[in-house]
Amino acid sequence: MSLALFRIDDRLIHGQVVLGWGQPLDVGFLVLVDDAIAASEWEQELYRMAVPPGIDLYFQTVSDCLAALDRFRADPRPGILLTADVETMRALAAGGGIPAVNIGGLHHRSDRVQRLRYVFLSPREEQALRDIAARGVPVTAQDVPSAHAVPLGEILGDGAAK
Amino acid sequence: MTNSQPRAIVAGHGEFAAGLVSAVEAITGRGDLFRAVAVPDLCAADIEALLRETMRATGARVLFTDLHAGSCTMAARRILRGMPDAVLVSGANLPALLDFAFADTGPDGAGAGVAARHAADRGRAAIDAVEGTP
Repeated sequence: MSLALFRIDDRLIHGQVVLGWGQPLDVGFLVLVDDAIAASEWEQELYRMAVPPGIDLYFQTVSDCLAALDRFRADPRPGILLTADVETMRALAAGGGIPAVNIGGLHHRSDRVQRLRYVFLSPREEQALRDIAARGVPVTAQDVPSAHAVPLGEILGDGAAK
Repeated sequence: MTNSQPRAIVAGHGEFAAGLVSAVEAITGRGDLFRAVAVPDLCAADIEALLRETMRATGARVLFTDLHAGSCTMAARRILRGMPDAVLVSGANLPALLDFAFADTGPDGAGAGVAARHAADRGRAAIDAVEGTP
C-alpha cells in the first residue's frame, strides 16, 4: 500500500494519527517531515515515545524526504507522511508524486482565520494550499476517517480550488 | 467539595478530564483536588502553554493525561523537561485519580509526586476483563 496518507497536522503525532488513522490503515511506519525536529535528538525522542511498538518512525528534512520518497512508496507496509505546516507539504508536492493531501489539523493562531472546526488558515497558507491543488493534487480536510472529507474549495468558500 | 488547592491537573481528549473529575467528586467529594483542562481545537504550542499556565496558577506539579500518544501527553512531556519536581501519569483512569485523591500529599503538596507514582500503579492494577458465564 505504501504511503496511504499525506497529512498536514500541527500536532504531528497524536491520538488521531496513531489510533484514529493508524489502526484502520494498519500503519507500519510514519514519516515525520520537519527540518527542526530532524535536527533535534530530544524532539525525536519525544515523538518516539508516543509511537506504539511495531510502528517505525522516520525523521526527515524536506530535502532528505524528497530524495527518499520513492523508497517510502516502495515500502509494502501502509505508512503515513506527516508535516506540521502547509509550506512543508507544498515543498514536497512540488517534487511530485503526492497523490492527495489531507489537512488533519491546523489550529488557532493570531494570523489565521477559522475555516473549519479544526482548520485555521492564514492567507499565505491558503495560497500554498491553492498551489498544491493547482498541481492536480486533491486537497481535503478530514480529521478522522469517519468524518466527511471537505474539499479545498469548500474549505476556502470560493470554489476556486480543486 | 473540600475547598482544597488543586494538587493535580487532568487533561485529555473531549470531556475526558471534566468527566473524570466529576466522577471523583461524586464518589469522594474531593474533586477540587484536581483541575480539569480541556484542549479543544488548540495547537500543540497552545496546549503546552495552557498546561504551563494552569500549573503556575494552581502550583500543581502532577499531570494526569489520557492517552500515551495524545497531544496533552506530548505537551506534558515537554513541560517536564526542566521541571524535575513534576510527574506525569499518562493513561490515567478513575481508580488512579481516586487513589491520588486519598493520598496524603502533605500540607504543601510536597508528597504529590510520590502519590502520583502510587496512583499510576493503582490505576494499572485496576484494569480487568471479566468474561461472562453460561
